[in-house]
Order: sequence, then structure tokens, then C-alpha cells
Amino acid sequence: MDRPASFLDEALSLDDGDSNNLQPWIGRVVLVEDCVETNGAFVLHHLIKRFLSPNLSSSDSIVIFVAFAQPFSHYDRILLPLGDRQGEGVPSKEAKRDIGDMDWRDLVTGLELAWVGGLGFAELGCNLVVQRENKRLIFFDMLMLECPDDGVEDGIIALYGNIQKAVEAVSSLNKNITIMIDDISLLEVAANGSTKDVLDFMHYCHTLTTQFACTIITVIHEDIYSSADHFTLPLQMEHLADIKIKAEPLVTGLAADVHGQLTILNKGSSDGLGRWKSKIRNFHYRVKENSVEYFYPGGRT
Amino acid sequence: MATNKGRTSSFSRNFSAAPTSSIPGLKYGPNGTIFLSSGVPDLDSGGFHLGSLVMIMEDTEAPHHMLLLRNFMSQGLVHNQPILYASPSTNPRAFLGTLPTMLVSKDDRSRNTDAEQKDLRIAWQYKKYLGENKPHIEERDGKVEYCNEFDLRKPIEKHLIMGNRVECISLLDCSSLAGFRNSCSKFLSQLPRYDGNITSAGRIAIQSLCAPQCEYFDKEWDMLSFIRSLKSMVRSSNAVAFLTFPASLVSPSVSKRWQHLADTLLSVKAIPDEDKELANLLTGYQDMLGLLSVHKVARFNTQVPVILDATTYSIKLQKRRSLVLECLNQAPVDGSSGSSYGTSGSCSGSSKTGTLDF
Repeated sequence: MDRPASFLDEALSLDDGDSNNLQPWIGRVVLVEDCVETNGAFVLHHLIKRFLSPNLSSSDSIVIFVAFAQPFSHYDRILLPLGDRQGEGVPSKEAKRDIGDMDWRDLVTGLELAWVGGLGFAELGCNLVVQRENKRLIFFDMLMLECPDDGVEDGIIALYGNIQKAVEAVSSLNKNITIMIDDISLLEVAANGSTKDVLDFMHYCHTLTTQFACTIITVIHEDIYSSADHFTLPLQMEHLADIKIKAEPLVTGLAADVHGQLTILNKGSSDGLGRWKSKIRNFHYRVKENSVEYFYPGGRT
Repeated sequence: MATNKGRTSSFSRNFSAAPTSSIPGLKYGPNGTIFLSSGVPDLDSGGFHLGSLVMIMEDTEAPHHMLLLRNFMSQGLVHNQPILYASPSTNPRAFLGTLPTMLVSKDDRSRNTDAEQKDLRIAWQYKKYLGENKPHIEERDGKVEYCNEFDLRKPIEKHLIMGNRVECISLLDCSSLAGFRNSCSKFLSQLPRYDGNITSAGRIAIQSLCAPQCEYFDKEWDMLSFIRSLKSMVRSSNAVAFLTFPASLVSPSVSKRWQHLADTLLSVKAIPDEDKELANLLTGYQDMLGLLSVHKVARFNTQVPVILDATTYSIKLQKRRSLVLECLNQAPVDGSSGSSYGTSGSCSGSSKTGTLDF
């Protein structure tokens, strides 16, 4: 039985119809917008898991994570139990076969084993510690980064320099490189409010998408700027982005079974005939401990 | 805070199997988290995550945030937890005298009296030697209470606020926040977070961080930078930072940034006196001091948001002494007349029976 495609993967053009063969992004810029009521970090978690998943074609990916919001342990703990399951955890025949064919060392690496009802199955997790040791994850802990008042530009340049070095170091491995920044609203705080320097940083990072075919994924708190007098940063980021993912509450508020709605604008969708058009998708979501459920309004069973 | 108990899959962790903490005033939660009490029983279905930043948005019309702050600090003192307190006052130490004492119920009082009588019979001559060395942590049935009720009419015992238990800092003395940041760093260095058993926990209580009388008041990015670094420092320590700020005194954009920085975000609001519309709308309006709203609850090591059954509570004083939070109840509406029963003050059923009378 094939695993049902995730609405999110379909909307992001990550799924080419074969859910076990996700297409990696190449040179894309993705902007995740969220607000106080609906935190968009679960989108990042989903994408990290996708790109670092061991048995998919996207296993040729390397993730460079620049963390301003949470420590490494937070992401590690969240991603550890995440996995691909059928319903309440009964694995597909393909998953069981794949596991049986896998070398035991691969099973241990990045996998978390559990037993339910006598059935053995492998909950495909994402062990960030292992991924970091395997050099598939490069984690920059920026929680304490602060640029001095008279040295904001130098501090931001130094940060970009470190990211560029990391990209150059792995570019020879012929793997897809994804840079994730969580989040640029906090980068602004680290830069003492210098929006100009933050924008320069993002523009420099954008050059990596063409030079090294990197993908950049970043989070921004949209509600900060909607109440501000200036919209420079979000407008520029939206201009740069190929895909915009917006997490927001429902008009009616939040509920236990519907945690919010996602609106995805994919500017670069190909219709297969060489034509590119924008595609907008909107659906609801419910965040669970081990996964995220996506459904159309009224479509949740 | 009442947490929503949704359906759990067969893969949900068995939270009930979490070990209880051996440190008084702490308890283990899911996902490797540890909680300490807010000091308000109605806010404590879990408590505050150790390592989290709790923010209260003040209402400049009423000081209800002070009720929460006092209970938070008193709870820490009862559990013998070190406290760092900062406020825009010339003499912040004077505030400690307004902290409430533990509320002792009549049952506890008679139980304690019986126990004391027993002690006196056995070793009355030694009682005089028990004074400041006596353990400050009150116990019930041999167990330390995780969360106590406090009597706002009576000040806390003096021996609890003596000595170095509470470090007080005046924000008026801070031309910039760099010095205060160093003080927080030094305080938290005593409470490092290591994997394994923790030995102690502490509390940072900051009142009205962006008060206009502070010199740094107009330096919005400095304040944001301070909060961000405080959050990072607290995250790697065994402490909870509790910070109040008058949100209306900073720009909306900056206020939103503060809100995003908070792990747990609450707000308090005054309610007008003798508001007939509210009196008609809400049951028990006359007893309400104000409203407390829960905007965000800390999520550590999990991506699942906390969806509460209710996000707005009324703030009341029970018997004029202890702080209670109650869910808002809409006064029943008389379907025939269209008016509510709010003025009657009761929820008794209608004397008229309709076609659908259950």
C-alpha cells in the first residue's frame, strides 16, 4: 500500500507522484511566515526530516541549520520520534521489506525501533546527533550571537562567511545543500535592528542559490511587520522567495483538532509543458507529536 | 492552566510513568521537561517549564500583574529557591515585605497544633533551639506541596526574606541593561543545567522591564537584545524567568517581538467597575478584579501546541485573601424576554417550560 502523499509535499512540489522518491529542491528560496498564535516551526521540522531521511533519494542532501530560536537539543528531541507510518503505526509492506533488506548498520543509524502489538517495525526517525556526526547536518548555534553596536556589519559578514565556508566545504560532495535559518526576525535583534544589514545578508545568501544551487529556507514572524510602519524586510523576502508558506490561525480561532491553516504560494510550478505558473494551496493542519496531519476544511476524518 | 486532553495515539508517551522529582517544588513532565510552580494553583495544571521565559503583559490601568508576581516569588521562597528580583524602584527590597504568606487552612492548623502538642510532650525543652534552622518547606502528610495557596492579607515570614535568599536590583540604577544582564548571568551561573539529576532551581522576577522611568526606556533594540540573551541564559539553566512589561508603552511592532520571545505569554486586563453590560454578560462579575488571558504556552522538546479549553479567566480573591482564576461563564439568557439572568446572580432554571425542556 502506497503511503498517501502529504498535502504539504504536493504543494511544495517535493512529491513527483512517488512518495518514496521525493524530489529535492535545487536553488529555491522558501519563506515561512508565522505569528504568535500559530508557530510555523513545524514546517521546518517536516523539511529537515524530508531532507535528512536516510532511505529517500533526497538522502543526497546536506542541511546547514542556522539557529537563532532554539538550541540543538530542542530540534533533536522533536525530530527523534518523527517518522513515516501507516495510520496508527502499522508499517507498509514496502517499509518492512526495505528494513529487512537494509544493512543493520543503516538500521541503527538514524532509526528508532519500537514494537506495537507484536509487530516489529522501524519508526523512521531523524537522529540529528548522528546526522551531525555523519556531516549531513551542520548546525550553527546562534542563540547568543550579538553584534556590537559599532560592528553590526562585521558581525553579519562574519556569519555569512561561516555559512559560505560550510557550503564550499560540502559543495564538492555533489549533494543538494539546504540552508535553513530559524528565524530572521531574531537575526534582526542580533543585528541591533539593522534591517539593512539583515537584507544584505539575505541577498548574499541568495547568491549561493545560483553559485552552488543551494536552497534557502527561512522563517519570519509576519505579525511583527504588519503592525510596523515599514515593511521592507518582509516585502524583500517575499520578492526573493520562490515559495511562500504562511501559517495562521483560522478566522474562528484555534481548536484542539485544527491548529491552524497553511497557505502556500508556489511561484515556480511547472505544468510540464515548459510553462511556469503560480499555484496557491490552502489547507488546515493539526500538529501531532510524531507527524502533522493536513486536510482540507471539513475533510478531516 | 487547564490543558486539553485530546485523543492519544498508541505512540504517545506514558506521561503518568514520569518519575516524581526528589527536589521540593519541582516535578517532571513529558518530553524530558521539569516544571516549577507559578504559585497560583489555578495556573498550575503543570506549572512553568524550567528553563523558560514567562512574560506578562501589564495593563497600566490596574496592577493585577503584581498578584501573579507576588505569588510567584512567595512560592519560590517557600521552596527555598534563590530569587533575583528587579524592579524600577529605588528600594526594591521593600517590596519583599508585601509578599504573601502561605495560606494555612483550618484543617492544617488543627493538625499542626496536634503535631506541635505532640512535639511539646516529647521534646518541649528542645523547641527553643529550633528557630531559623527549622526547615522552611511546609509539608503535608510528609510530602512537600508543589503549589501552595497564599494569603494576600498577611506578609510572608521575615526569616524567609532575610539574608541572601533574594537578590534585589533596582532598574533605575541601570543606565543600560548590560550591567543587569551580567547580574542575571552571575545568578544563573549558580544553577547550571546538566543532563541528569538537578540539585536546585531558581527564579528571576523582573517587574515592569520597560517602565518609562528607566534610562534605557527609549532603547527598544537594547531591551530586545537583553530579553533574547536572558532567554538563552535561562534556557541553559535550572531557572524560570518571570517578566512583566506594560505592552502599551512600547510600539506595537516591538511589543510583538517581545511576545514572540516569550515561551509562555499571559496578559492581565482591568475590568471597569459597575459596567452594566458586563454584569449582564458574565456570572459573578461583581467579584471579579480583572481578566487574565493565556496567549501562548511554552513548548519544550515538542512541536505540539497547547490548546487550552479556555484562554481567558477571571481574577478573583477568594474570601478576600487568596488569588483564584476562574473560567468565564456567560450569564444565562432568558429566551422569552431576550435578557439575561445576570442581575439575579444565580443560574436557576427558568420557571417557564419550553417545548424542549430537558
